[in-house]
Amino acid sequence: MTFVDYLFLFGGMGLATYLPRALPLLYLAHKQMPHWLTDWLSLIPVAILSALIAPSLFADAATRSFDLGKVELLVAIPTLIFALKTRSLGGTVLVGMVLYWLAGMFI
Amino acid sequence: MPFFVSNGVQLVRSFLIECVLQSTQKKLSLPTMSETSESKHQIFKQGATAAWPICLGYFPIGLALGVLAQKAGLPWWAMAMMSIMVFAGSAQFICVAMITAKASIPAIILTTFVVNLRHTLMSSALAVYLPCISRRFLAFYAYGITDESFAVNMTRFRAGNWNRWQALVVNHLANTTWLVATVTGALIGQFVPQGAFGIDYALTGMFICLLVFQLQGRIYVLTGLLAASISVGWYLLIPGDSYIVGASMSAATLGYLIKQHYRRNK
Repeated sequence: MTFVDYLFLFGGMGLATYLPRALPLLYLAHKQMPHWLTDWLSLIPVAILSALIAPSLFADAATRSFDLGKVELLVAIPTLIFALKTRSLGGTVLVGMVLYWLAGMFI
Repeated sequence: MPFFVSNGVQLVRSFLIECVLQSTQKKLSLPTMSETSESKHQIFKQGATAAWPICLGYFPIGLALGVLAQKAGLPWWAMAMMSIMVFAGSAQFICVAMITAKASIPAIILTTFVVNLRHTLMSSALAVYLPCISRRFLAFYAYGITDESFAVNMTRFRAGNWNRWQALVVNHLANTTWLVATVTGALIGQFVPQGAFGIDYALTGMFICLLVFQLQGRIYVLTGLLAASISVGWYLLIPGDSYIVGASMSAATLGYLIKQHYRRNK
């Protein structure tokens, strides 16, 4: 990609990132959001994170087929337990990486 | 190439200068009781104390992102550009993965938008603690709202002993760490062998932990499980990347309807 491609890509991504962060703070701050919207929005983060992660754990990317025997899934279990116990972001990332690295060497 | 390099350096430099200028200008023009009674040094120290766990967490993730970006063919100045212009960890990881998969620019931007839509909620929640504050401050503050800085600042705001300047310090320390870590990763990426240290798992690990942060009740767990099943089904049946948008929107709607149903029957 050229510099201009990157400029377009990151410019677009930047807007797509900044607007959802800024607009509510700037314009909805002094108004009340409708109740149904806040209720629905509160479920969005968990839904997005789950939707993002699940196919990488339960499906094979190359053949796009269901797969219960992936190393990613095996490593996800102790990583999830670690995250639940410690609630440490950096720690969870490191534990996940190390376990995945070790699993790759032994399995 | 040298043009881009100097351009990248200038971007970084002007950004940092602007950060310092903006924060000092605002502090001079808009002093309030709590701000005049505390020195700038103290505010910075308090902000830094709150920010350090985020910075510690950002470093391995940022490093991993930089290494992956280098493997995907991004030069270090593009990494710096992305971290400054976008500053959204998960969206940046997805962007690198999509560049590797040769996705189109509009597809990457649309996915970024959907993935970052969750910040509207965080931004709205923070607005409660930032009333009657100039739009210029808010516009600048909004840039640094991430899952992590939101979690830290919100906890402190709720406890009551927190002001916007300390919150701003948290945001910008996290941003600076992120920039340094991602660019370092991009620079050392060529010396890191493919798949070493499990860096391919950094994003998954981060998502698992962010998911855990979100589980604040049964309805959240249920919505997460629904999203996971719909997402896998969608991924297997429909080609492309629409499964992220499709599954998250449907699961949140289903979760909302279930919640309403129970509320009505109570």
